[in-house]
Amino acid sequence: MEHIDFSLVDWSRAQFALTALYHWIFVPLTLGLSFIIAIMETFYVKTGNPEWKRITKYWMSIFGINFAIGVATGIILEFEFGTNWSNYSWFVGDIFGAPLAIEGIMAFFMESTFIAVMFFGWNKVSKKFHLLSSWLVAIGSNLSALWILVANAWMQHPVGTTFNPDTARNEMTDFWSVLFSPVAINKFLHTITSGYVLASIFVIGLSAWYILKKREILFAKRSITIAATFGLIASLYLAFTGDGSAKAVAKYQPMKLAAMEGLYHGSENAPLIAIGVLENVENSKEEDFVVDLPIPGGLSFLAFGDWNAYVPGIHELVHGDSLHGIISYKEKINIGKKSIDALAAYTKAKKTGNTDEAQKQLKIFKENYKYFGFGYYFGHDPHELIPPVKLSFYAFHIMVGLGTYFILFFALILFFTVKNKIQDKKFILRLAVWTIPLAYLAQEAGWIVAEVGRQPWVIQDLMPTIAAVSKIDSSNVIITFFLFLAVFTALLIAEIKIMLQQIKKGPEEKLIENSSKK
Amino acid sequence: MFENLSLIALQNYWWFIISVLGASLVFLLFVQGGQTMIYRLGKTETERKMIVNSLGRKWELTFSTLVVFGGAFFASFPLFYSTSFGGAYWVWMIILFVFIIQAVSYEYRTKAHNFLGKKTYETFLFINGFVATIFLGAAVATFFTGSAFSVDKMNLVDLYSGKMPIISSWEKSTYGLEALWDTNQMAFLTNISLGLAVFFLSSLMANMYFINNIDDETLYKRNLVCLKRNTGAFLLFFVFFVVRILMIDGYAVNQETHEVFLQANKYLHNFIDMPFVLIIFLVGVLLVLFGIFKTLFKASKNGIWYSGLGVFLTVLALFFIAGYNNTAYYPSSFDLQSSLTIRNSSSSHYTLTAMSYVSLMVPFVITYIWIVWKAMDKKKITADEVENDSHMY
Ligand code: HDD
Ligand code: HEM
Ligand code: HEM
Repeated sequence: MEHIDFSLVDWSRAQFALTALYHWIFVPLTLGLSFIIAIMETFYVKTGNPEWKRITKYWMSIFGINFAIGVATGIILEFEFGTNWSNYSWFVGDIFGAPLAIEGIMAFFMESTFIAVMFFGWNKVSKKFHLLSSWLVAIGSNLSALWILVANAWMQHPVGTTFNPDTARNEMTDFWSVLFSPVAINKFLHTITSGYVLASIFVIGLSAWYILKKREILFAKRSITIAATFGLIASLYLAFTGDGSAKAVAKYQPMKLAAMEGLYHGSENAPLIAIGVLENVENSKEEDFVVDLPIPGGLSFLAFGDWNAYVPGIHELVHGDSLHGIISYKEKINIGKKSIDALAAYTKAKKTGNTDEAQKQLKIFKENYKYFGFGYYFGHDPHELIPPVKLSFYAFHIMVGLGTYFILFFALILFFTVKNKIQDKKFILRLAVWTIPLAYLAQEAGWIVAEVGRQPWVIQDLMPTIAAVSKIDSSNVIITFFLFLAVFTALLIAEIKIMLQQIKKGPEEKLIENSSKK
Repeated sequence: MFENLSLIALQNYWWFIISVLGASLVFLLFVQGGQTMIYRLGKTETERKMIVNSLGRKWELTFSTLVVFGGAFFASFPLFYSTSFGGAYWVWMIILFVFIIQAVSYEYRTKAHNFLGKKTYETFLFINGFVATIFLGAAVATFFTGSAFSVDKMNLVDLYSGKMPIISSWEKSTYGLEALWDTNQMAFLTNISLGLAVFFLSSLMANMYFINNIDDETLYKRNLVCLKRNTGAFLLFFVFFVVRILMIDGYAVNQETHEVFLQANKYLHNFIDMPFVLIIFLVGVLLVLFGIFKTLFKASKNGIWYSGLGVFLTVLALFFIAGYNNTAYYPSSFDLQSSLTIRNSSSSHYTLTAMSYVSLMVPFVITYIWIVWKAMDKKKITADEVENDSHMY
């Protein structure tokens, strides 16, 4: 398809990736910190101890700084589906628009209404109402995650819909199977817990810094206790749901799994590469490990819960493997093309009133619809449908490696906190500060696995990225890309500087009983 | 309940919901109007602080309404979403940019080490107020004046002709900006006049909001002066816009053949064919004027509520005449038959039904917004408060 403007497609992808990755810098902290704050405020209301109020207010000020920029980067994403993925918006608007609208009605209003109470309501509403507002902000932000992730999960594994040939688009037939799709549930649980883990690490890291500076020891220790407990539970659950995500990927997106593991040639008892370095094999589209540490049968177990299960590699998926019932990409492309052609013939026949012909074509269309999207690659080398292997592999291994480390980290912190020795462990405190950027790294890596690994599909097997874009001159997208880059970077610098200043300043002065200050 | 409604009924219902969201959004744009007057009204730092904090408790609401308006349009009329957003690219992108810079400005403006400086964030707020209102107004005006685009669903299945498999194409390489400066067509004046009308409307609403929300004698007086000027300017552009759309040919749809054709004075006909819409429109305009009158001449502080309701009704009526009564709400001046109607651009029966259940939450949402607004605004903003409370913008 020479007529595809690849520069347009690539810049649109770059723009979406850029804005999504920026949004994701701020969202996980919102997801987690909102709960941590609500828990702290609950302690305040229960005990009436003003020290808890001071702690709550401090983390709330951090929350506010982060929240503002999260909102700023979010609005752009929603509208980008229209501005940059126009064809996509029509093709799937029926399914995809719904969660986005529900998210707005259910979650965003809740957040934005009660956040005003949270920040400005201390002297205006009752203690109980204030606490309720803080909980509603936490629930609201996690609800917004639910709906957007349902939408994303549907792209990875489209369920609950049928294609209507008369309107040329997918239409929803079962809302509940979209909502409760196994991919959606896993994705939601895994993603929100990843937010809890990041927020816990954030709170621990900052508190550790105060202890190192010998400031606010009581405040810091209380914050650490809450965050380490919350974090340890969350990180265990994170690994568990991550395993669930991997199983879902194995089942519905085998090519993504193969890319994540750099598995070119499939086998039974497939090994899991714990650590590996990939290098191009000369004159070939493949890569091989120069160093690796395989766990025999590990991948088979991770993917299917059976040490001897067969896991297909990139090679089998592209060229087919009749032994295991895998159809080659060439064949899928032919099937897809048949489906597209039949749809064209159906529409024509209907226009001319030829019902018999229309019925015949409709049947062909339906039988072959499963690989509809492959048809757009007619005349192409099937190897073009392989996602970037190196990027997927490293991103996945960084995420999993860090996930394992975080569990140990929380356990260690909690151990020393319970023994009341944390203030003496300089090394651990420094480690805690340096773990903060690692948590962000794991987050971004996770999304790279999910989104890069599913290439070239926007909707698995049905719509390739090249057929999803808006038809605009790519120079416009290039301009907006750099505008976003400039604006977001300026705002990010501002956010970090303000945040660092707030951290240096620390919590408000201690509330001295019966002081003259109101 | 909803599953028994016909597709047509559901489409009408969803155009109603879109209209309600659009009308709420225009009312809430008083936040934007207020942002353009921070320096005009506030001569001292304390006064400016009161203004910013008064707006600062409402901006999120306007912002979320815009987001929900977009989301609901996506879910119910996806062909509009893909055609207009992907085509009038620059109009929407500029609107988005000015909302991005708004969202951080309240929180970061007075913070120490905020990198860009207080003045920059205030400029961001000004730009947002000025550009968002004018561009949103002009974008809605194209619902009446039309844009140059074409839609061909067959492109999706065309693997051979060398075209991109994309169904919506915009015909102008300025991607939407032509609506504001294409001087070859009268339409651009109509678009700009609605843009400016929305801008001055949101400013005058802001004056009344401040009068209601801030307890300060000096600001009160300045607001009154400003309110007069803004009202004058608003009426000028609004009357021009209304007269124009009553005069122009509109895009009508033949009920049997679904063909789109140009009909003289279509929007005037729509008012006559749907008298209740005309009544809503007239009551709306009168209420806007009544609120202003009470504020200016009866020293009332509640003018915002009359005018607010008035704005809501007026915009509602404008959306109604744009979409109902066999009218194409997003007309194409390039290819009449590509025009979008509420019949040919909507989601399926199933999705509209599911979404209708979700829409039942809207009254509940409005109720808690109302309760919180009341609770938070019981005490008016005073100079003392903004100087002494710990969490202030
Ligand atoms: C703190 C961040 C973090 C950590 C430590 C982990 N994850 Fe994760 N992971 C995410 C943050 C994340 C995420 C950013 O939330 C993603 C991106 C998309 C998604 O659904 O969640 C994700 C996606 C994601 C996917 C891809 C899902 C898809 O493509 O649909 C898999 C297979 C895993 N994770 C598996 C794991 C495993 C086995 C972990 C071991 C402990 C792990 N993750 C730790
Ligand atoms: C906020 C977290 C997210 C991050 C960090 C993220 C990251 C990315 C990245 C890196 C790409 C580029 C992939 C490539 O072109 O190789 C991408 C593309 C894309 N993502 Fe996401 N994503 C996120 C959430 C989502 C969600 C929730 C959705 C849908 C609801 C989504 C939809 C898309 C689409 C439509 C594209 C463009 C088409 C494509 O390149 O496949 N993303 N994203
Ligand atoms: C690519 C798809 C996405 C779109 C279209 C999107 C859209 C938005 C929008 C419009 C806002 C501003 C809301 C407001 O008016 O207050 C926002 C904020 C938010 N989004 Fe996203 N978002 C995306 C990805 C995600 C993901 C993947 C998550 C969570 C898993 C998420 C969670 C949130 C949260 C918690 C907020 C609230 C405030 C904050 O960002 O700090 N978003 N998003």
